[in-house]
Amino acid sequence: MTDLFLILIATILVNNFVLVRFLGLCPFMGVSRNLEAAAGMSLATAFVLTLSAAISYLLHHYILVPLQLEYLQTIGFIVVIAASVQFTEIMVRRMSPVLHQVLGIYIPLIATNCAVLGVALLNVKESNGFAESLVYGFGAATGFALVLVLFAAIRERLDVADIPAPFRGTAIALVTAGIMSLAFMGFSGMARP
Amino acid sequence: MLFERREAPFIAPQGDVAALMRQVLYALIPAATAYVYFFGPGFIFNLLVAAVFCAAGEAAMLRARGRPISPALKDYSAMIVAALIAFALPALTPWWVTATASLFAIVVAKHLYGGLGYNIFNPAMAGYVVVLLAFPLEMNLWVAPHIGDIDYPHLGLMDTAWYTLSGHLPPELSFEAISRATPLDTAQTGFAAMQTFEEIHQNPLMGDFAGRGWEWIANFFAIGGFWLLYRRVIRWQIPLGVILGLTIPATVFYLFGVGAHATPGFHLFGGATILCAFFIATDPVSAATSPRGRLIYGLGIGILIYCIRRWGSYADGVAFAVLLMNMAVPAIDYLTRPRIVGHAKNTLANQDD
Repeated sequence: MTDLFLILIATILVNNFVLVRFLGLCPFMGVSRNLEAAAGMSLATAFVLTLSAAISYLLHHYILVPLQLEYLQTIGFIVVIAASVQFTEIMVRRMSPVLHQVLGIYIPLIATNCAVLGVALLNVKESNGFAESLVYGFGAATGFALVLVLFAAIRERLDVADIPAPFRGTAIALVTAGIMSLAFMGFSGMARP
Repeated sequence: MLFERREAPFIAPQGDVAALMRQVLYALIPAATAYVYFFGPGFIFNLLVAAVFCAAGEAAMLRARGRPISPALKDYSAMIVAALIAFALPALTPWWVTATASLFAIVVAKHLYGGLGYNIFNPAMAGYVVVLLAFPLEMNLWVAPHIGDIDYPHLGLMDTAWYTLSGHLPPELSFEAISRATPLDTAQTGFAAMQTFEEIHQNPLMGDFAGRGWEWIANFFAIGGFWLLYRRVIRWQIPLGVILGLTIPATVFYLFGVGAHATPGFHLFGGATILCAFFIATDPVSAATSPRGRLIYGLGIGILIYCIRRWGSYADGVAFAVLLMNMAVPAIDYLTRPRIVGHAKNTLANQDD
């Protein structure tokens, strides 16, 4: 139980996928222009990340390892992620049209989020068990959601600030992401087992 | 003949930025005096270097943007950044470290965001974190406090000036002779070596309860802070939030926690807690704006300081905690917007109306 809690803290704060591992930067920059889009993206990513972490664990341990096909890891995980993204979209569209309206355009974008593939590969690299893989995926998604929502709120404020012309838009957003990353260095050393 | 005519209100207005900033600078004087008394004249050189580079950075950025320079320099906001950087740095710091912190604070953290009033992050803390990560060696050399029965060799005025300029000590002295771990460092290494807090406290550097010299500087910061509260320059929510946010977990873990934990008094008066509570976290630009938001903001800083000190690898977490909560300020403001009179309570559903 303590181990799972440590994994959760480690993935949310200490090794935050966006600010410390620098994964998933495209949606971090692309979908942070307003708060609602960021919140929608966070929810959709959280669902897909946890699901694909679980399925890729099963794929790796029950198909690739017994057949000695570990070299197909990357391509296998990409297929799993693409399938689970598609599955999520179909499910959401059928079961909750309202949710689909909110999340609709973000769900296909998740397939290109490198944090999702990163979680699947890192789970194998750190030889996590099934529960650990699930928590790892969920923690990564929570960390992603946390910084994405905070960043979106900051960017809404930057839109009305008197920023020098050459730095408006993406430039100041990247500077901000850099300072956020500096701040996250403060968590280093936490969640050691 | 012209008579001076007076009308209500008779209380002097507080709207002037320069007047407010001057009050803050006055409130730092007691602590600055104590700092120089305990840790030598290095603080004065740091303050000079920081002030020069902050003013130069401010002037250069305003000139590059074609804005008037003198009003911005006269509002003393850059001087407060310089003073906070000088307080955050070790008493002996080579000038290039101070200059890096000052220029990052003013140019990147303040002026790239549009200058005073727009900066998301506290400039002084952003500058400090940059040099903390970029110059770890220089940032960990703290001189021993100059007090009472501990008799360590101390640098004179000329030697300090020479060190600030060149980064070299006089040949007969070494860092091993003049530098000592800070109380927070001592506690951290002690806990890592499985000592209890009582054992760590045997170290003469630990003073009465939060480190020789340090506890007194904290008291002088508190005097300045209470004066700012009395003058209504700052409001009570943030200082109270920071102090509660730090003291509550510290007390709970000290009384009921498993393993060794420092006393709440050590956390409260050790390191930069009081400086943060009254002078750093209360920066009106980068802090939350609503009263409830300020309390949340302060509590968050206090809790993060405790977590970083207790479980992180840095001895003091003030700068990181402030930057992390700065990040959260727009979201806090969004969620704690006060109700408009006559409108229904804010909920997520009607916030767009």
